[in-house]
Amino acid sequence: MIRVTLPRFGRFDAWRAAARDLASARVPPEGVAWADPDTPPDLFGAEPAPPPADHPVIATQDFLQLARQVASHSDPERWSLLYAALMRAQGDRRFLSNPADSMLDRLTRMAKSVRRDIHKMHAFVRFHELPADGPRRAFGAWFEPEHPILEAGTPFFAKRFADMDWLIATPEGTARFEGAAIAYGGPAPRPDLPPDASHDLWQTYFANIFNPARIKTDAMRSEMPRKYWKNLPETRLIPEMLADAPRRVQAMRDAGATEAPVFAPKVTARIRQQPDDSLPETLDQAASQAARCTRCKLCHAATQTVWGKGDAGAGLMIVGEAPGDQEDLAGRPFIGPAGQLLRQAMAEADLDPDRAWLTNAVKHFRFTPRGKRRMHQTPDRPHIEQCRWWLGLERRMVAPRLTVALGATAAFALTGNRSPLTPRRGTIEPALDGGPVLVTWHPSLILRLPPDRAPEARAQLRADLAHAAQLIADAPEG
Amino acid sequence: MAQRTLQQKLAILSDAAKYDASCASSGTTRRDSRSGGLGSAGGSGICHAYTPDGRCISLLKILMTNFCIFDCAYCINRVSSNVERARFSPEEVVKLTLEFYRRNMIEGLFLSSGIIRSPDQTMGDMVRIARMLRIEHGFKGYIHLKTIPDASPDLVAQAGLFADRLSVNIELPQDASLRQLAPEKRPETIRAAMADVRLGREAAKEKTFTGKRPPRFAPAGQSTQMIVGADQATDRDILKTSANLYSGYQLKRVYYSAFSPIPDSSAALPLIKPPLMREHRLYQADWLMRFYGFDAEEIGAAHPSGNLDLAIDPKLAWALANRAQFPVDVARAPREMLLRVPGFGTKTVSRILAARRSGAIRYADLLRMGAIMSKAQPFVTLPDWTPGVLTDSAGLRARFAPPPEQLSLFG
Repeated sequence: MIRVTLPRFGRFDAWRAAARDLASARVPPEGVAWADPDTPPDLFGAEPAPPPADHPVIATQDFLQLARQVASHSDPERWSLLYAALMRAQGDRRFLSNPADSMLDRLTRMAKSVRRDIHKMHAFVRFHELPADGPRRAFGAWFEPEHPILEAGTPFFAKRFADMDWLIATPEGTARFEGAAIAYGGPAPRPDLPPDASHDLWQTYFANIFNPARIKTDAMRSEMPRKYWKNLPETRLIPEMLADAPRRVQAMRDAGATEAPVFAPKVTARIRQQPDDSLPETLDQAASQAARCTRCKLCHAATQTVWGKGDAGAGLMIVGEAPGDQEDLAGRPFIGPAGQLLRQAMAEADLDPDRAWLTNAVKHFRFTPRGKRRMHQTPDRPHIEQCRWWLGLERRMVAPRLTVALGATAAFALTGNRSPLTPRRGTIEPALDGGPVLVTWHPSLILRLPPDRAPEARAQLRADLAHAAQLIADAPEG
Repeated sequence: MAQRTLQQKLAILSDAAKYDASCASSGTTRRDSRSGGLGSAGGSGICHAYTPDGRCISLLKILMTNFCIFDCAYCINRVSSNVERARFSPEEVVKLTLEFYRRNMIEGLFLSSGIIRSPDQTMGDMVRIARMLRIEHGFKGYIHLKTIPDASPDLVAQAGLFADRLSVNIELPQDASLRQLAPEKRPETIRAAMADVRLGREAAKEKTFTGKRPPRFAPAGQSTQMIVGADQATDRDILKTSANLYSGYQLKRVYYSAFSPIPDSSAALPLIKPPLMREHRLYQADWLMRFYGFDAEEIGAAHPSGNLDLAIDPKLAWALANRAQFPVDVARAPREMLLRVPGFGTKTVSRILAARRSGAIRYADLLRMGAIMSKAQPFVTLPDWTPGVLTDSAGLRARFAPPPEQLSLFG
């Protein structure tokens, strides 16, 4: 039997070096005894290790990562287990990627237990402030992990607390940090930690953040297992918090609803805005009323009312269907892909988008959620009819000389005519409230058309807009 | 009024903060103190303690003040409550955060506040605290700021530069209940605030034309909270609202908070026992939507009432209502279908897909790979297992539901 004794710290690298040499000589797993510094010496003596041989030794990154974690497990068999896995992987590397394999399963479980213990160390170490000599503040802690994880668990603290000196003492040894590298030392008795006023504040916090009306001790115990409690001062409060909880809940119940303090109604009266529901006289008034609109159900899911924007005195009104995803988020009309296409087409037709009033027939976004995206839906007739109230107000105040209806929804909202758009495109129809409406495509239709049909529709949109520009130029103002 | 000590203020202002469920401290940018300052963040969050209510303590969760001019019926800090009031100075919040942090008690700060004077004033003070932590003290831990919905976009933009996470609480699943119970709040302003955060995050991801990256904006994203059981909304309504919020504002999380009795309660709301099991089922359903490819409608449709079955988990309830799609052949089924098998988690499914490449998967293999076979049995076929008539048997639900006498526990 070959005996390999691994050091207290730097164990994994030592095991890796020894295992590589042994595997290169194809020493079978049964032929090696792995020992820690605390293992009693072997009674029967040990054979010397053979010199490294030429057999190539292969270990994947994944295996090494797993092995590094398993190396911090408390199971004394971990080294021989890892060596056995390494030897097996020389012949059959596939088992390392088969979650159904029992050897891999055991190693994975060990690694998981180590990771959890390290995670709990990062969570449950509690520093006490120690008297410091120099400008750096000093802290110390005592912690009892389940596995020998001091070396694996402490680099976290060096990264987090680089500007202070600290000492973490565990039964396995100590880790001391004074600004450079962590210095590890052998086991030392539990240090005396002085009382620390911040710990009293912490207990106050722990006791008060607890809601006595919801008791779920299972969740607490599974995440904060009792084995860690002895070094967590706040856990001493738990029995009393639990014992007192029913009384506190009963007290709430008995007290029931209470009388409001005298100043409360005054404060409320001062800030509670009485919504103004009188008929709006300006576009701004209409916009702020529309922001609170609940005439149809679209407002429950959409972000906000998207009111029209532009030059109310320009005499030209352009009406689209409804805001899309982008418009809904930003609260401004025609800023998404279809809006950009419209602006381009307007520029080509010599229409300045800032010299028109741009709005939509329906002022809330309609969509269905699909995962992380919202899929646009065309508004239904009831939505359009409810929203006609706002469109009507907008039209009364903007008083356009010409209105351009983009798409069927806008055309229906303005003219009341629901017939198909193709024969109507490019024609002028009377609006329900009077005034000419030029009917054309909605730019989002052009975005959806196949590449062979889109250019024609786009040219028609541009031509219609140019027609609109000409009509506006010819029409007398006022 | 005598000056309160720091300890008294902490007692009042942590008590006032406990109804906020969020405690996440994960998923932000990786950073640490080796290049100066104090603290580290990034990677998975750490829960430093647990209270007996089953909630973790990851962040110092406090209110800046619990004085508030709003009158939200469900809230202990509403103007009409007689609760004791206190107010931290910004320096006190900073000191508590740093001293707890140095003792490894917290991952950072979750700061919320009652609304004093005006939304802008309140938000401005909160931003000042975050700025002091980041700039004056080089704090690299986690900061979560609750955004005040009516605060000016400028302040929200600044908050996003210092905070890892921003959140605005939607409070209630339906607009009508919010208008009724929180008359000073407006659902459309709450959603607009969430939209602003989303747009802020997207703008911060786009490089400018000079190729420079703008400063990061709330890198750990945004979340929200909904109170469950204070109004008449069904679970289906709640899940649909969540689906809208996830898709609209790219939220990291929607937190569900079982409506809990508060001291000094309002006459507008009943003093009920918090519906903890309902809350738990909603979280499970939320997980199904985010990681298992379910949509709100199909989860909600599993029970005619529109509410989730409290006795069994929502995935099992869905499977029982859709037995025609089972049993599933583990050797051949696509990932999407494996994810729908009760008892199979996302990790188990990944392991099954990996193990399928190495050979047939048997019953014992599935047990080792983390499948809960007691649940999966009726819904899968394996080389050494067929459910036979079990899948369609009339008493299948009874196998999983706890015996009736235990039902009182969930009341």
